[in-house]
Amino acid sequence: MATMKLKKLQHALEDIETFENPKIELEQYTTSSHIAACILHTAQFVYNDISGKCVADLGCGSGVLSIGAALLGAQYCAGFDVDPSAISLSVENAADRDVLSQCDFILCDVKKIDKNMKLKAFDTVVMNPPFGTRERGADLMFLKMAISLATRAVYSLHKTSTRKRVTSMARELGVHAKVIAELRFDLPASYKFHKQDSVDVQVDLIRFSFPLLENNILTF
Amino acid sequence: MKLLTHNLLSSKCLKGVKVGYPLRIVAKDVKISESEFNKEFVKKIIPKLDWKVFVNAAVQIGHSNDLSDELIDDYEDDEEYLKKVHHVLMEVEIINGELICPETDRVFPISAGIPNLLLNENEVS
Repeated sequence: MATMKLKKLQHALEDIETFENPKIELEQYTTSSHIAACILHTAQFVYNDISGKCVADLGCGSGVLSIGAALLGAQYCAGFDVDPSAISLSVENAADRDVLSQCDFILCDVKKIDKNMKLKAFDTVVMNPPFGTRERGADLMFLKMAISLATRAVYSLHKTSTRKRVTSMARELGVHAKVIAELRFDLPASYKFHKQDSVDVQVDLIRFSFPLLENNILTF
Repeated sequence: MKLLTHNLLSSKCLKGVKVGYPLRIVAKDVKISESEFNKEFVKKIIPKLDWKVFVNAAVQIGHSNDLSDELIDDYEDDEEYLKKVHHVLMEVEIINGELICPETDRVFPISAGIPNLLLNENEVS
């Protein structure tokens, strides 16, 4: 399973059910199957961060990243979301693709997940966090939480316009940030205030890694 | 919800709670799922677990599978033992039940396999 091709993975993620009524305050828009497949494929085949690993997905939404990670052989995927309808959707989607036995989905406030979960319990975190457009700082709070859970790597999407802020926060937290892809995020007009049919946003896929972990120099 | 997830969860999110670990478990409904046994993964995850909490949780829900309080020394080479651990850790699923904060007795429901750790505003630390 770990050798699954990009196209096949994308295909497997293609018809994932998405939100019927996305919540603006949570910036819920579904990660496209294409973007999810690209993130996971890179994480597995370039960095070996998925197969056989414990993977967390913060703000899991439709569950697409957890499910994709499970399809690539992650042994344990935990998806977290504050929205009960997102968690139900994730469970339904994971069951449809027969990966529920590798996954658990948990209802909790991701921004305070360091007070719900054992720290450093996961190898890898993959996430598509809120961009922090509706709630200032939500993006960086998600990132901070992801870094508190992972021991190997965090993969996250951030608006290219916030790159300086994101990389400087990574430095503060003692992690290494590498932009591994620049994506065009085609946000469909999921919300009524979007006037055009879709809005293109420049997004960075960033891999955060822990060069100093073995010395326990990380501070939070 | 798997016992691996239980091993990682705490209720420190609650106001006034210092440790919030381990959460007590009440299982009303348990299902056995089937997941692929990966020896390397189980070997790697065992030292990361709070072993006593794991075994105690399994006993609480009546699925200890003969695992004892003390982890055996040579587990890395004992495939049967690793399979047992895999089963209890990954395949025993709590479908309906409760997680209970050890300090405040606040109940977090588990329904349809999903633990709900959401708090009301006045409970947040």
